Amino acid sequence: MAPAKRRNVSLAKTAEKSVKKAKIDLNAKVEIILESRKNANDVFDVLEALESEKEKDVGSAVNACSKLFCTLLEKKELFLGKLPEEEEAVSGESSAEEKYQMFMRHRYNSCVELLLEHLRHDLHGVQENALCCLMKFAAAEGKHPLEDLDWTEHYSFPRELLQSVVDRLLSKTTDNSLLISRFQEFLEMDDVRYYVMSSIRENVGKVMDKNKGALLPIFQNNVFTLMSNISIPSQESELTNFMVQQEDKHEDWKAAKLNEHKRVFERMWLGFLKYKLPSNMYKKILVILHDSILPHMSKPTLMIDFLTAAYEVGGAISLLALNGLFVLIHQHNLDYPDFYKKLYNLLEPSVFHVKYRARFFHLANLFLSSSHLPVYLVAAFAKRLARLALTAPPTALLIVLPFIYNLIRRHPSCRVLIHKPTTEGEVLEDPYLMDEEDPVQCRALESSLWEIKTLQKHYHPDVAKTAMAINTPLSGKEDDIDEVLEITTHELMERDLKKSQIKNIALEFEIATELLKGGGNVLGQHFCLD
Amino acid sequence: MGKVPKKRSMADKVRKTKTSTEIKNNPFEVKINRKKFDILGQKSKHDVGLPGVSRSKAINKRKDTLLKEYKQKGKSSKFIDRRFGEYDTNMAPEDKILQRFAMERQRNHDKKDVYNLNEEEELTHYGQSLAEMEKFNDNVNSDDESEEKGLLSAELTASHFGGGGLLRRKTSGDQEGGEEGAPRAKSRQELIEELIQKSKQEKRDRQVQKEESQELTEKLDHDWKNIQALMVKKIPRADRVEEEKPKLEQYDMMVRELVFEMKAQPSERLKTPEEVAREEREKLQKLEADRLRRMMGDQVVESSQSQTHMSADDLNDGFILDKDDQKTLSYQDGKWNIEEEKGEDKDGKEEEGEEEESEAEEGDEEEEEEEEEDEEEEEEEEEGSSEEEDAHSDLESEQESEDEETQQEEEETSAQPSLSKEELNAQQEAAKAELPYTFTAPESLSDLKDLLQGHTPDNQRIIVARTQKSNHASLAVGNKLKLQKLLGFLLEYVEDLATRSPPELTTIDKLIPELYTLCQMFPEAACKTMQSILGDAGHSTEEVLEVKGHLPFPTLDMIVYLKLTALLFPTSDFRHPVTTPALLYISQALTKCPVRSLQDVTSGLVLCCLAVEYVSFSKRFLPELINFLAGTLHLAVQDKTSLGYIVVPPFRPSGKCSDLLVVSDSESCKSWSQKSLPLSAAQLLELKNNLDKDHHRLTCLSTCLDLVKRCCLLYKDLMSFSHIFQPIRTLLSKHLSAQALPDPLKELHSEILEIISGVPAAHSRLILEKKKPIPLKLLTPKIVEILDYGKKRGSNREERERERLKHKYKKEFKGALREIRKDTRFLAREKLNEVMDRDSERKKKVRELFGSLATQEGEWKALKRRKNK
Repeated sequence: MAPAKRRNVSLAKTAEKSVKKAKIDLNAKVEIILESRKNANDVFDVLEALESEKEKDVGSAVNACSKLFCTLLEKKELFLGKLPEEEEAVSGESSAEEKYQMFMRHRYNSCVELLLEHLRHDLHGVQENALCCLMKFAAAEGKHPLEDLDWTEHYSFPRELLQSVVDRLLSKTTDNSLLISRFQEFLEMDDVRYYVMSSIRENVGKVMDKNKGALLPIFQNNVFTLMSNISIPSQESELTNFMVQQEDKHEDWKAAKLNEHKRVFERMWLGFLKYKLPSNMYKKILVILHDSILPHMSKPTLMIDFLTAAYEVGGAISLLALNGLFVLIHQHNLDYPDFYKKLYNLLEPSVFHVKYRARFFHLANLFLSSSHLPVYLVAAFAKRLARLALTAPPTALLIVLPFIYNLIRRHPSCRVLIHKPTTEGEVLEDPYLMDEEDPVQCRALESSLWEIKTLQKHYHPDVAKTAMAINTPLSGKEDDIDEVLEITTHELMERDLKKSQIKNIALEFEIATELLKGGGNVLGQHFCLD
Repeated sequence: MGKVPKKRSMADKVRKTKTSTEIKNNPFEVKINRKKFDILGQKSKHDVGLPGVSRSKAINKRKDTLLKEYKQKGKSSKFIDRRFGEYDTNMAPEDKILQRFAMERQRNHDKKDVYNLNEEEELTHYGQSLAEMEKFNDNVNSDDESEEKGLLSAELTASHFGGGGLLRRKTSGDQEGGEEGAPRAKSRQELIEELIQKSKQEKRDRQVQKEESQELTEKLDHDWKNIQALMVKKIPRADRVEEEKPKLEQYDMMVRELVFEMKAQPSERLKTPEEVAREEREKLQKLEADRLRRMMGDQVVESSQSQTHMSADDLNDGFILDKDDQKTLSYQDGKWNIEEEKGEDKDGKEEEGEEEESEAEEGDEEEEEEEEEDEEEEEEEEEGSSEEEDAHSDLESEQESEDEETQQEEEETSAQPSLSKEELNAQQEAAKAELPYTFTAPESLSDLKDLLQGHTPDNQRIIVARTQKSNHASLAVGNKLKLQKLLGFLLEYVEDLATRSPPELTTIDKLIPELYTLCQMFPEAACKTMQSILGDAGHSTEEVLEVKGHLPFPTLDMIVYLKLTALLFPTSDFRHPVTTPALLYISQALTKCPVRSLQDVTSGLVLCCLAVEYVSFSKRFLPELINFLAGTLHLAVQDKTSLGYIVVPPFRPSGKCSDLLVVSDSESCKSWSQKSLPLSAAQLLELKNNLDKDHHRLTCLSTCLDLVKRCCLLYKDLMSFSHIFQPIRTLLSKHLSAQALPDPLKELHSEILEIISGVPAAHSRLILEKKKPIPLKLLTPKIVEILDYGKKRGSNREERERERLKHKYKKEFKGALREIRKDTRFLAREKLNEVMDRDSERKKKVRELFGSLATQEGEWKALKRRKNK
């Protein structure tokens, strides 16, 4: 009863079957296989169905496989220990029982192979099915390890299986974000998460080294998606959800210790961040850095290099790095020389136009809320912001103007910016040096905020009204900036559009005659109808 | 002791006997009340008092009342004299007796005697006793009486009432000559019959007379009417119908009519052209002042007068032809129709269909007509299907229009003129060239499209104008709503026109006056429609922005809407429900739309033009405009290595699309000439070769420079002018040299630089506005002029009344208290008197007893002595 022969028979059988008949009831097959070892050869039918083109067939095959092999694993009918080659096993001197086990183990391995291949399938349904099945195998393997070891000294966990799953997930060619989000549910199990993290680290190191540190946008995106899905519980007592329960010495298991988790997490991130990143990836990482990475690291200060490098890049990336730096300065005693000088130089017209404007002003508000800042610095900030306000859209102006007022309120000696009585009729040009990088030397204190006076003529009524506030002494209470941080142009439009029932709508009294006429005839001068 | 009352009574007696003058002259009786101040013109009653007199009066009074009561105290029985008027001294004794007699009679007249008529008195008639009369048994037929009820002739009444005696005499006479039968038969009954006949005759005569007089009056009325028709305007038909009314009322009415008839009034003088011009100017000045106030952001308190469109023929005399009773020229079935105006309005749509349909068949039957209409609709549909959009909307409206038409049919069928086919065709041909004069207001956008389909822009305008006129709000109740809808549809139609390819901007241009007029009529509706358009646009941009992070430039229809907003609503208001969001929309487009092609540049420049128009009057600062213009100029800079200025997003210092306006071939500068770009270039730009492209670039550049110049002039007065224009200045002076530009641009270039450098950069320092000092509290007394002396002030009438009552009460209370005290004192005195009287009596009696005893004793002693002797 050589297995090869059996196989031939079965192949011949399937060839005979018509296409319709090929759609055999796989579940029945599984029952038969499990019923008696005589029918072991039917396993080929199941595996063949797994290779089918049709999604439906594959789905049912996957289900059948998971049922079959999980039961076999439970029954311990798969060969344990180091598996000999198939030919060897057949010819080798071993009992029929062992031979059967080896045969089944080989089928199991090929099934896993097929499923791993399916992770790259075009159809998401197939991918998902395969992934779930693999994870079921992993769970079963964890319970009934296939290695023949002394389990009192080792911890059983299907590391190889998990590693290969992670390798497939982190594809270099396709964007697997959907599958990864499905995978997230398994990451809730603490031991899975632990081993996935170390697998990611290994995988990233391997791939990037192989590629000599060049950019791999799709791969890096996959890695980032997977890693950003990982969140570590804040307390050790929360580590309760395990896929594999260790019978002995559970407490000593690395996967059960929060510190170990944190260490692996940290190494994973550092391993990822040490390679060159695409700029949008930079931004993405910086956006989540402060609240989903830094708190989970065992030594957050290790991020300093990364953050300072990001801060030096300039533009939006610098703005985003601020948040991480703030956490480090605030909670981990980071001493950052010339921090305010750099912050000052970050103020460019573009800060009013970037997407992260709200975050930046929120942080800037925090940094400048200290009452121990020197007056010249605060004045420099106020003046520079005012100057930049001349190019800002109304939504930004509604943030900046209260921001400047708050600065002046916190530091009453800055009041000279809006109130400096001098002798009559003395006029002077603005002494402020916009191009000076050092806030000490920009002579902001000698200047006045003429820009805000200019903005009193701004076209938007709300902005103009806010700018009017410098005409009278500022009130004692600080304006709440957080309310206006997220305001959008549409919301601003709604303010006028949604106003309930205006009594008299003013109308233009110059009679309109032509489309291009009116309003100074600017359009008519440069454009014609046809 | 007992002398005191006696004495007083003596004094009283004396006083009573004395006359009042005597007492007053006696200085011992008089007490003079001394006054503190002499007040001129004040009369005082109590300057002299007579205490003795008043005291005796009071004592007497008490004796009469209080003392009596005191004496009666503790006694249960008393005698009351109830004789009528016994104590009334005012009544004469005879009166008293009469009254007493009457009362006695009344007392006898008991209840049960009410119906007892003839107990004592005898009733008489004509001086004779009724009882006696009853004894004569002349049985008067009561039946006859009832017949002749209400017809009391002189004889009848006499015979019935006055002639009681006569009758008796007559009957006695009849009885005497009892032999003659006929006169005898003509007894009482016959007499009565005669009487009846007479009275009937009389009645008939009266009636005849009455009729005659009525006829005469009617004739008079009739004649009068004939004459009256010549004198005054004809009497309304309604009056003539009501001739049956009583003549008196009619006459009264006529009299009143004549009295109140309007007399010719002097008409108002026509205004001279100068006056009209002046009024117009004043109105404009007022509106301008209004606009300025709104610009400053003050709230408009009073409603600004809604302005109406004035036609050239308006005499400015306030005369409005609010009822359109003149017949407008209209057609029905290709024939002038003068009478059927009402039906005509509705037919507008049908006519159009008929015009297009050259072989219209006329039928009297409804079914045929329905078929015909179906045909028309089919034809319309076919036409519509040439334009994809119209096709299905037509289908939607089909149902509606059918319903409408079935309603109309009833009216129409009766009025179908029967004309020969040829005639009809000829007339239709003629009518085709001319537009109908009345139109139905469209019920949907597709209706409007159908209406305007296939007409020249000018005709479309006329159609809209006529639709508007024939549905003027004052003509019918629902018209206001219809016109509001029309406004909405027109605005939608504008969008439709702008999105066609090629866009039909000329048509939009022609429709502008109509839109303006409608907008003036219904500001709220216009405002709401524009707001919803802007809101939708804002919402969709918001969504795009969230997904992509940047926006595409607004399409042509949006540009047209923005321009329309500027035409219909004031752009200079500090805050306006429409223009403020519109300007925000422009500013958002200028900051969030990346410039990637020449077409984008054109779009951006159109928006910039609009932005300049929006702020040209109010001179408000629009940072996005300057940013965009600087960015556009930046696109024309060739060498982008060392910039002395910062480019603001959406522009980038360098990159893929930052050389859009760099002229590729310097030769093309020479062949370039300034011309205006078509608006559609913002949507669709086709440039074949490099030369065309270069020319377009130069045109854009020229537009941009001109806008920069305008901005410079607009913002000259801003404090930070030099800082705002610093990037443009550096750009123009260092990077975009004038040498490479054509002559007109060179000129603009130098002009701009001149203006920028000409504005002073120095300003005085900012200082806060000085607070007004809070005024001190004033302590000088408040002086109030008093006009009514002697009256209590500071209270109203009610309070004064209450004060008065309180005062009176107090006075009365005090007085009552005093009186009570005096009463008690009087009573105490009386009691004391009583006690003393009793005591003295007892003493007297005791003394008497003692005396008698003493005499007894003395006598006894004397007897004893005598005995002893």
